[in-house]
Amino acid sequence: MKNLEGVDFQKVKIARPMPYRQIIASIILFAALAFIIHAFWVGAIEWHYVSNYLFSPPILKGVRGTILMTVCAMILGILLGTIVAMMRMSTIPVLRSAAIGYIWLFRGIPALLQLLLWFNLALIFPTISFFGFFSVNTVNVMTPFVAALLGLGIQQGAYTAEVVRGGILSVDKGQMEAAQSIGMTKLRAMLTIVLPQAMRVIIPPIGNETIGMVKLTSLASVIQFSEILRTVGDVYYANSRVIELLIVAGIWYMVIVTVLSLGQSYIEKYFSKGWGRTSQSRKALPADPAGVVGAA
Amino acid sequence: MSVILQAIHVQKYFGTFHALNDVSLSVSRGEVVSIIGPSGSGKSTLLRCISQLESIDGGVITVDGEIAGFRLRGDTFSPLSDSQIARQRQRVGMVFQRFNLFPHRSVLQNLLEGPIRVQKRAAEECRQEALALLARVGLAEKANAYPNELSGGQQQRVAIARALAMHPQILLFDEPTSALDPELVGEVLTVMKELAQSGMTMLVVTHEIGFCREVADRVVFMDAGAIIAAGTPDDMIVRPQNPRVANFISAVL
Repeated sequence: MKNLEGVDFQKVKIARPMPYRQIIASIILFAALAFIIHAFWVGAIEWHYVSNYLFSPPILKGVRGTILMTVCAMILGILLGTIVAMMRMSTIPVLRSAAIGYIWLFRGIPALLQLLLWFNLALIFPTISFFGFFSVNTVNVMTPFVAALLGLGIQQGAYTAEVVRGGILSVDKGQMEAAQSIGMTKLRAMLTIVLPQAMRVIIPPIGNETIGMVKLTSLASVIQFSEILRTVGDVYYANSRVIELLIVAGIWYMVIVTVLSLGQSYIEKYFSKGWGRTSQSRKALPADPAGVVGAA
Repeated sequence: MSVILQAIHVQKYFGTFHALNDVSLSVSRGEVVSIIGPSGSGKSTLLRCISQLESIDGGVITVDGEIAGFRLRGDTFSPLSDSQIARQRQRVGMVFQRFNLFPHRSVLQNLLEGPIRVQKRAAEECRQEALALLARVGLAEKANAYPNELSGGQQQRVAIARALAMHPQILLFDEPTSALDPELVGEVLTVMKELAQSGMTMLVVTHEIGFCREVADRVVFMDAGAIIAAGTPDDMIVRPQNPRVANFISAVL
């Protein structure tokens, strides 16, 4: 310890070494980025096609289709997922088995395959009838929109069910018991007490899945549903500007996903009510040694 | 005094574990009964069976003369539906060890959830009553706070007010001060004492022997799922006759 003698510790400075490694890493990163941008710039890309088509009516129609399908499929998925999650956690064996079967089936079959199956339903069921009350031709009902909605929404429900179940499991068991103790039925306690609290855990993965759904809707292009990829394709089949129009599609996907990410953080804030402040716990109270209020 | 709660030969198993072994207990209107005993002796299980958070495997429990959870048809008990059980639960208030306030609702909303949404009583009347209850437990100014902004003792007092808002016939306390820091125990016990003096029927599982001696009309000692002894606080705590009770009392005092 003798080398510490005579050092004035109040004046000693702590050296901050230059972060050489970080500087070198950023130079490499910027170089790589510049190279990629340059490559696209000098490449055979007619950028004015991109700007011309970005807001053209057929493309915008596709954008609307993608947004509409994302919203509808997610609503269907969340609705189904919530119901199936509750069934999966029910004490009634039949409901539980049905839920497990649903998840097993629709999580196992590729989404593209499910879309094609729904779209081609007319091949096996030419007409849909309800015990003879009414009868319709399947081809008229199973439009590209309906087939895509069913295909995407139902498979989404299988994933969402597991997300919702995880959220419900994250809520303390005492919440259900407290709700029951003030006379709520299990269903009511689930809907008004447990699920709202589960939301805090459910929202982030659902946000993730919604963003996934935006891109999954591109599968619906194979069954002629007018979403971005489909309308972009229609244009480049006519004018052969393939890369330019694919870039247009890419930009729109990025725009939609960015807006959704922003929306997610707002929704998360809403459902974090009651968790916002860190618990001003017992330790934050003045520890008053004289206040050891005798335990009766 | 009229009997409000009756447990007759109650049996409860968790798998092969015999949680309640032939438990019989009756509580009269306005009576304060406390249940003491070592952990794992079935005290909490008995409360949870009375509040129908657990179903019983034998015997019968009646609240206000009505069989809890079952309907007698001939010589068999057929289980009631979830909504019928929910209706029965309204008469039995429950205060939990870990408070179990609804964290996403304000203190006032915690108190109103039951009366307005479940019992469908007039909103404004319930609001006034809830505010009066909060004043009674000394938390009038916390009506709009959220549970996580309160100390443990304050949360437990809100939980008591929430149970009272339902106008229960009997209030069950499941170790209401066990999760509290020592300096916060007193404020909860004070509220409970005031309740007892106001004539509330209470069944209290607790380790607060002082509270039992001072407030309880009757003390029940449980061990290994059975009621071993019962009597006045004097007979049970001050001069315990039963050797097991005496052992327990000397260990916790």
